[in-house]
Amino acid sequence: MSTSASTSESTALGSLDRELIVATQQGLPLVSNPWEEVGERIGISGDEALARFQRLQANGVLRRVAAVPNHYRLGYHYNGMTVWDVDDEQVRELGQATGELPFVSHCYRRPRHRPLWPYNLFAMVHGTSRDEVETKAERIHELLGDACRGHQILYSSAILKKTGLRLQRKR
Amino acid sequence: MQLDATDRRLIDRYQKGMPITSRPFLAMGEELGIPEEAVIGRLEALQAQQAISRVGPVFEHSRAGASLLAAVAAPKEDIDQVADRINHFPGINHNYAREHEFNLWFVMTAPDEKTLETRLDELEKTLALPFLRLPMVEAYHIDLAFNIDWEALP
Repeated sequence: MSTSASTSESTALGSLDRELIVATQQGLPLVSNPWEEVGERIGISGDEALARFQRLQANGVLRRVAAVPNHYRLGYHYNGMTVWDVDDEQVRELGQATGELPFVSHCYRRPRHRPLWPYNLFAMVHGTSRDEVETKAERIHELLGDACRGHQILYSSAILKKTGLRLQRKR
Repeated sequence: MQLDATDRRLIDRYQKGMPITSRPFLAMGEELGIPEEAVIGRLEALQAQQAISRVGPVFEHSRAGASLLAAVAAPKEDIDQVADRINHFPGINHNYAREHEFNLWFVMTAPDEKTLETRLDELEKTLALPFLRLPMVEAYHIDLAFNIDWEALP
């Protein structure tokens, strides 16, 4: 996927769409027509719930409805956040190329905070061992070439909180 | 975890998106050549084993509100306490410990940018530790699905 807009460009969500997100963000009911049940939770018909979902996807608010794998449980026990100090002139082009590597799950440009934090490109890499993560990081390094002035791999040592939950019901 | 070929196909194919239609599991079953009830049964089992965390929507966070990645260097002896205080703050949607001087990495969310700023300032004051604020400038690959290499898994 190509470059997307920055975080400041947020779309105002209507309150019903908001409720729909709250009602589904932990997962859809596994029944023949899940929209009926979802609609019932927020007091609309199943058809309307479905139509709203389709609209949210057309608007870009919804990326997809998916079976979301739990990579850790599947055996990807090593999660390395690789961070790179890449020449500003080239970071966009190289960031896109990095993001296209099949093993990179997400790739972002973020601001540096020198001298504490010189890195401007983040690429998340998963592996079943540290060696695997390092081999993958080495491939990113080769791709970045001379445009890269330094990098680190930050392994996660514990997931202290992880939730698909983002929106809270408005009170 | 032992998953058969059909389970793997289910994950491979539908981690990237499933049909948004009135009978999604029927449509998936037609694609895979299995009955609707089998799709539902398999998804239930995969969920119970936690091979999948959910079957549901993946939202584009930047379009559904404001969010920001931040990192903090907590003193080693206080890390649990600091993590706990972060986790209980409104709008925190994940928090990872990482092996680095900046050892806690969390994402703060809010309905809008202004609330986000206020929350971050408050949390920074509560913890009395400075944050690295790392807003996304550009996303080069915003699709969190990646190809699972089943043969390489333990």
